[in-house]
Amino acid sequence: MDSVLERINKNHFWKFPGGIHPPEQKFLTNDKPIKNLRLPKELILPLKQHIGNGGELLVKTGDKVLKGQALTRSDNPMSVPIHAPTSGTISAIKNSIIAHPSGMSELCVFLTPDGQETWVARNIVENFYSLSKKNIVEKIADAGIAGMGGAGFPTSIKVNTSPGLKYLIINAAECEPYITADDLLIREHSSAIINGIDILNHLLEPEIILIGIEDNKPQAIAALQAASQKNDKIKVCVLPTKYPTGGEKQLIQALTGQEVPSGVLPLSLGVVVQNIATVFSISEAIINDIPLLRRVVTVTGQALQKPQNVWALIGTPIQHLVEQCGFNETEQQRVIMGGPLMGFALPTLQVPVVKTTNCILAPTNIEISPASKELECIRCGQCSDACPSSLLPQELQWQAKAKEFDKLEELNLFDCIECGACAYVCPSQIPLVQYYRVAKAEIRHNRVQDFKADRAKLRFEARKVRLEKEKVAREEKHQKALAARKAAAKTSEGQANNSAIAAALARVKAKKAQGGEAETTGIDSSVDGGDVKSRAAQAIARAKAKKAAQQTTSTPVTVESDSKSQAAAAIARVKAKKLAKEQAAQAASEITEEIVKPEVAKSKVAKSKTAEPEVVKLSPADEKKAKAKAAVAKAKAKKLAKEQAAKAVTEITEEAVKPEIAKSKAAKSKVAKSKVAEPETAEPEVVKLSPADEKKAKAKAAVAKAKAKKLAKEQAAQAASEITEETVKPEVAKPKAAKSKVAEPETAEPETAEPEIAKLSPADEKKAKIAKAITKAKANKSSVSKPSSSISDDDKKKKISAAISKAKAKKATATINKEESE
Amino acid sequence: MTFWIASSPHNHIKAATPSLMRFVIMAAIPGVFAQWYFFGWGTIVQIALAILFAVLAEITFLAIRDKNIKSQITDFSAVLTGLLIGISVPSLAPWWITAIGSIFAIGVVKQLYGGLGFNLFNPAMAAYVLLLISFPLQMTSWQPVNSLLVDDISFFNNLWLVLTGYTWEGFSVEQIRMSVDGITMATPLDTLKTDLTLGLTVNESFANPVFGEFIGLGWEWVNIGFLLGGLLLIAKKAIDWVIPASFLGSLLIFSFIAYTISPDSSASTMFHWLSGGTMLGAFFILTDPVSAATTKKGRVLYAALAALLVYLIRKFGGYPDAIAFAVLLCNMAVPLIDQYCRPRTYGHKGVN
Repeated sequence: MDSVLERINKNHFWKFPGGIHPPEQKFLTNDKPIKNLRLPKELILPLKQHIGNGGELLVKTGDKVLKGQALTRSDNPMSVPIHAPTSGTISAIKNSIIAHPSGMSELCVFLTPDGQETWVARNIVENFYSLSKKNIVEKIADAGIAGMGGAGFPTSIKVNTSPGLKYLIINAAECEPYITADDLLIREHSSAIINGIDILNHLLEPEIILIGIEDNKPQAIAALQAASQKNDKIKVCVLPTKYPTGGEKQLIQALTGQEVPSGVLPLSLGVVVQNIATVFSISEAIINDIPLLRRVVTVTGQALQKPQNVWALIGTPIQHLVEQCGFNETEQQRVIMGGPLMGFALPTLQVPVVKTTNCILAPTNIEISPASKELECIRCGQCSDACPSSLLPQELQWQAKAKEFDKLEELNLFDCIECGACAYVCPSQIPLVQYYRVAKAEIRHNRVQDFKADRAKLRFEARKVRLEKEKVAREEKHQKALAARKAAAKTSEGQANNSAIAAALARVKAKKAQGGEAETTGIDSSVDGGDVKSRAAQAIARAKAKKAAQQTTSTPVTVESDSKSQAAAAIARVKAKKLAKEQAAQAASEITEEIVKPEVAKSKVAKSKTAEPEVVKLSPADEKKAKAKAAVAKAKAKKLAKEQAAKAVTEITEEAVKPEIAKSKAAKSKVAKSKVAEPETAEPEVVKLSPADEKKAKAKAAVAKAKAKKLAKEQAAQAASEITEETVKPEVAKPKAAKSKVAEPETAEPETAEPEIAKLSPADEKKAKIAKAITKAKANKSSVSKPSSSISDDDKKKKISAAISKAKAKKATATINKEESE
Repeated sequence: MTFWIASSPHNHIKAATPSLMRFVIMAAIPGVFAQWYFFGWGTIVQIALAILFAVLAEITFLAIRDKNIKSQITDFSAVLTGLLIGISVPSLAPWWITAIGSIFAIGVVKQLYGGLGFNLFNPAMAAYVLLLISFPLQMTSWQPVNSLLVDDISFFNNLWLVLTGYTWEGFSVEQIRMSVDGITMATPLDTLKTDLTLGLTVNESFANPVFGEFIGLGWEWVNIGFLLGGLLLIAKKAIDWVIPASFLGSLLIFSFIAYTISPDSSASTMFHWLSGGTMLGAFFILTDPVSAATTKKGRVLYAALAALLVYLIRKFGGYPDAIAFAVLLCNMAVPLIDQYCRPRTYGHKGVN
């Protein structure tokens, strides 16, 4: 520290390596005072004019705003508000080209000035020492102040540090050629600048304040020295003119001899650097309560007749600025925002002045020749001699061309400050900085990609683990389910008299048995029933036998093979459901004698429904199979339903005495239908477990439905023909026709049937229950005979087989009677 | 209204590679003039031949490589290479020596390595070494200083001599090289080397008329000519002063050490500075940016290494002069030197 002070007092500073001495061209503008421009017709205010985020918009189109009124609100520390630079009306809020090298568009507020310059209420603070530090920082933030030297870092963050700094450095170097904005500002407003420095001194309490200024601004130096006499802390440090002395890192090195370590802020060295224009704005904001509304802009270049410094309102279109300075557009005209070494070419003059705009340069081609063709690098090394960061630009350039990003990082590409000194001296006119920018962008892009890829990999691996776990869990569940099923099977043995469970089990088995018969249109019930099946069948038979006693109707009951009976039962149930509604009516009209029957039919349907959930519960493992089979069964059932309807017709025509038989059959077929509905209810679970199987099942179901539809039509025709033959029994024919129609919306039916059942059954519950059991038993048995007979497609055959089945039915009743008697 | 968009920096120092090359060529004029003055038209003939072949070779190879001939030929790098070969080749060497040298320099050493900026070796020196090894007899056919010649050789005779091996009058190169007293004349470095191997002291050897009154008749002035040109280059910042300074300084140190140890068998620093191709090497060859080191420290090391090699080869090697060998060996060391002489980047104190 002492040696630093000593050197400062001797005005003998450190040297940073490299640097260049481009023609200064400051004489163009440094002899004229800062001019106040007339108001432009329109101001374009980009929401974001600094590093960080744009603020939250506070105004809308059509709003009248006053000078100094905030247009946006800062919602986080990295965002800085913007203010209306003059009073007027918000004419639009839309995207517009902003001051950016890429010429990209961002959201801007368009303000049409009213020329009144009406201020918002201001609160002038004579003595800023009366304000708390927090208050000052807040005021700086609210004034929208961001670093005005170029980067636009929010000032409120920079000054909001704990006090006890070593150095507060005020950057007045202004090393870029042409620019004299700070020079003129110092000359004209040195006292305000010193006030600003006092405010920063009050805030940051640095040990020493250094104003770094190049020796090519003698008047500014004198003004600063005169203004700072009162404060011993302030040292005006006159540095030799060399580009880029004004670079933050270079200025720190030149003034303190210290290097800012790579990748950290100067604050780590106890150094804060503020641009002198920013200091002026701080003074204005704290003392006069004027937010950042205007700044000094050097409008220069030989394409202008009157190059000079101007007070430009933030948002002034460049067009307005250059017009005021006598712009003559030349061929291949470039308009550069910033200096000739670090500025960027503007795509259009509609770009507005922003908080970081210090210079507008409109050079002629003689003045600054357009980039000529790039030649091969001859390794002259002049670039590395010029580099203030001691990089090796020529090696960086080769690696950048070869896209050797690892090597570029090894060569400290990211320590390049893009000052352009290397490209300035390159005899082969290689646009070195452009290569570095592209390489940096690619490296950043790659980093983002790598980060994303890493995350994706993690996610993928986590997913793999999860799937594995799920698989294991699923297998365990299956094992448990299997065990449970086995146990259930055992218990069902014990509860043989529990006819409901047994029946359900039997039905499942029946479905399985039907699985093999998917191809055949009829039910070839030749499958042998297993032990369990037969047991279940026995149970059913027993139940039936018990209930048969109460039954008044003569239902054909045959006890043949168990498996057959179950399959048939399913079919019968389908029919039964379909008929449920019809039968209700039918029963009312036709079978007035036997009131019990409709109830029986309905109750059957109900039972089949109640049985379903059980089936689902008992055999989750077999669900897939069951579903597939169910689909097949459905198809078959549909066909059978129709066939049976036809059969019923024939039967009825032959034996007009027994219309009830048809009804009962129909009732049974409904029951089968209800079974068909079962797979649908089971599906949700199945979907989770086996989507593949679900598809198959659906496909089958679709096939089955299609077949069913075909058959339904055929049967309808059939029924019609039959009915025409035998007009004697229109009543009987009706339900049949209805039945065949019903075949189409089968799946939906069971649900609609239910409520009716519910209505009807409460009347005599007991009866119904009994009847349920009876009809089920009947259905099981009677339908067995019918499927076997219905294999034939011909009507004649059907009739014959119907006759046979009738005979069988008679036999069956006989056997039941026998059993009962036993 | 749209404007011309360019990447920063927009400003540019007006230096350009072609003008740099032209300036280097111009700076060689004092040396070439001295050479012409003392060694006659042969030098000019050789330079003209070398440039011709170099440019032809450049055009041919650029055409083969499908490059933009016009833009690359106008960078004058081929002309400079030709010039350096012409200066290095003995004034009485047959034309095909120069042709082979130029074609090899441009075709193999420069273009096969990727053209300007990519050649590992200095093309002129690589060609010189090739010639020296392949055609040792022709490569020693230096003409004695004009004042030592029996007859002056006219430009026409010189041209004829280079093209056919004989003057118009029918004298062979060997006859021309005879001095007045019938002894074949060699370069001062050659003479000294031969004399030292014969057991003579440096002082005794210096009695030979080839040395003249100072260091080497004619040669001293040629070297002074190149020194002048080199200083001009430094003054105009066309070349970095580090390499010549380091080279000459190191040569001074090495020769001084040797001279203090054994004055009888070691020539003076001045002799080393002003004989052979020392100054040409220091200012025109070692400073060739393409094949030299690019880092500051690296350049110092590179030139010092060259000086050491020059001295060692001159003193102990089989060849009288050593600039070409030293330069090639240093060229080879450049990547390594640069690797270990990288400057520390700003903000990387303690790291790297």
